[in-house]
Amino acid sequence: MKHIYHVVREYFRIGLLGEMEYRVNFFIQIFESLIVLTVSLGSLAIVFRHTETLGDWLPEQMIVLVGIYTLIGGLINFMISPSMERLMQDVRHGTLDFALTKPADAQLLVSVSRFEIWKLIDLFLGISIVLIGLVRLRSEVSLADTAVFLFALSCGAIIIYSFWMILATLSFWFIKVENMLTIFQSTYSAARWPITIYPFWLRFGLTFIIPIAFAVTVPVEGLIGRLDETLMLTMILLTVGLGVLSRWFWKYGLAHYSGASA
Amino acid sequence: MTYHLKIYREQIKIYLALFFQYRVSMVIWMIGLIITPIVSLSVWSTVAETNGGIIDGFTREALAAYFITIMVVNQLTYTWVMWEYDNSIRQGLLSPRLLRPFHPIHQDIAENIAYKLLTSFVMAPITIGLILAFQPDFSLNTQQIVLFLPALVMGFLIQFLFGWTVAIMSFWTNRVSAVNRIYFFGKLFLAGQLAPLSLLPPALETAASYTPYRWMIAFPSELLLGWETGAMVWQGLLIQLFWVIVLVVVSQLIWRAGIKKYSAVGA
Repeated sequence: MKHIYHVVREYFRIGLLGEMEYRVNFFIQIFESLIVLTVSLGSLAIVFRHTETLGDWLPEQMIVLVGIYTLIGGLINFMISPSMERLMQDVRHGTLDFALTKPADAQLLVSVSRFEIWKLIDLFLGISIVLIGLVRLRSEVSLADTAVFLFALSCGAIIIYSFWMILATLSFWFIKVENMLTIFQSTYSAARWPITIYPFWLRFGLTFIIPIAFAVTVPVEGLIGRLDETLMLTMILLTVGLGVLSRWFWKYGLAHYSGASA
Repeated sequence: MTYHLKIYREQIKIYLALFFQYRVSMVIWMIGLIITPIVSLSVWSTVAETNGGIIDGFTREALAAYFITIMVVNQLTYTWVMWEYDNSIRQGLLSPRLLRPFHPIHQDIAENIAYKLLTSFVMAPITIGLILAFQPDFSLNTQQIVLFLPALVMGFLIQFLFGWTVAIMSFWTNRVSAVNRIYFFGKLFLAGQLAPLSLLPPALETAASYTPYRWMIAFPSELLLGWETGAMVWQGLLIQLFWVIVLVVVSQLIWRAGIKKYSAVGA
């Protein structure tokens, strides 16, 4: 565990040093993040001019949802997607050898190989929006709800990570996997709204094929005390299942890897 | 004229052959175009259902017709050049194109047409699938369809020239992702992608009319659906023509200024 911490910290430090050379990017990123946030909150404002609730979602609950959407999106762009893109590139170029020869778990190394530091802004923005939403909701969020929420959020993060890991592992066999990442990026915008509003086929797709439902909608439902046992159990099963699957698939893929020097 | 037709024919042939190599990628790039209208439609359907099936005079079926039309019109009129010019300017890929005996914009338009010719084969079944899934309420008549065609062509010219003008901003800045975000931000709200413009706050609705955005997607779609009536139809078509002319002039002025600044290898 301590070992993992050290590896992550070192890579984070390297990422930080790299980005410090491009400080203007910090302001560009703030600008871009604010635009994205304006899109989310502006859409809410327009929708709630015409209705009191969206399905059974109150405006304040939707603000919390937008916060989680921003938070998870930030997390993906901060570490998951940069590292996975790097992994695909490494497999193609044969430079994955450098990760494999290091004395640490290869999956860990490739999963934290690159950080886009300025995307942390989205994490902070997301958390702030969640807090604003909660304050405006004026309901005491019980300790139990908070625990459920944090647990669901972690499960969501693991699901998203495992999903990307499986996609990235596909690059051992296929060359143009980047395109699948495009699918994810375009689909993620659908998570800006609760997935309960979508038609059945889309809800199914967003839950089991491209699992963004569990990353955004479900944790929020936990926070507002609406998460039932069945959903909770499905989520735990999916988390464990995808986690194990991605690990196994990575090992399996690695066995098929014939790098530059192997 | 025949000279340009020949150029277009040859360029379209080349791009058809090129895109045919990337069939899967092409379909994948379309997902974003399909998901946005479905998301908007789901949101507004839910709002309508929450409020007894109707919202500001729009039934759920009318909204379905609107967003499916918006999807098709956007598919036919949109452009992605703003993602490509930055790269070709920075890496000097623009240089060989400048040497050709015709304006590079013709190549971009030909590429766009070729892409749309191929993707129509995917868009058509998707549109039919959505019509079956959402049961929209279309009431088309011949007059609407006839007027829709020039509106669609001008919508394409407006969206293409606007996008192309944004693209050649790359002569001055390499912050394309920030510039593009502003462009698409405006498009989502003001071109009618998020909601029919009449559902926006009045100030935004008015603002939309004074930008090219409304005239590139929302107007042709509403014309086809028969939401634009009487004098509004002709006024709208004239405003479209106005924007086409303005954008041709502005884009070419910016292009000339940019070309002077361009200093890649070989230029």
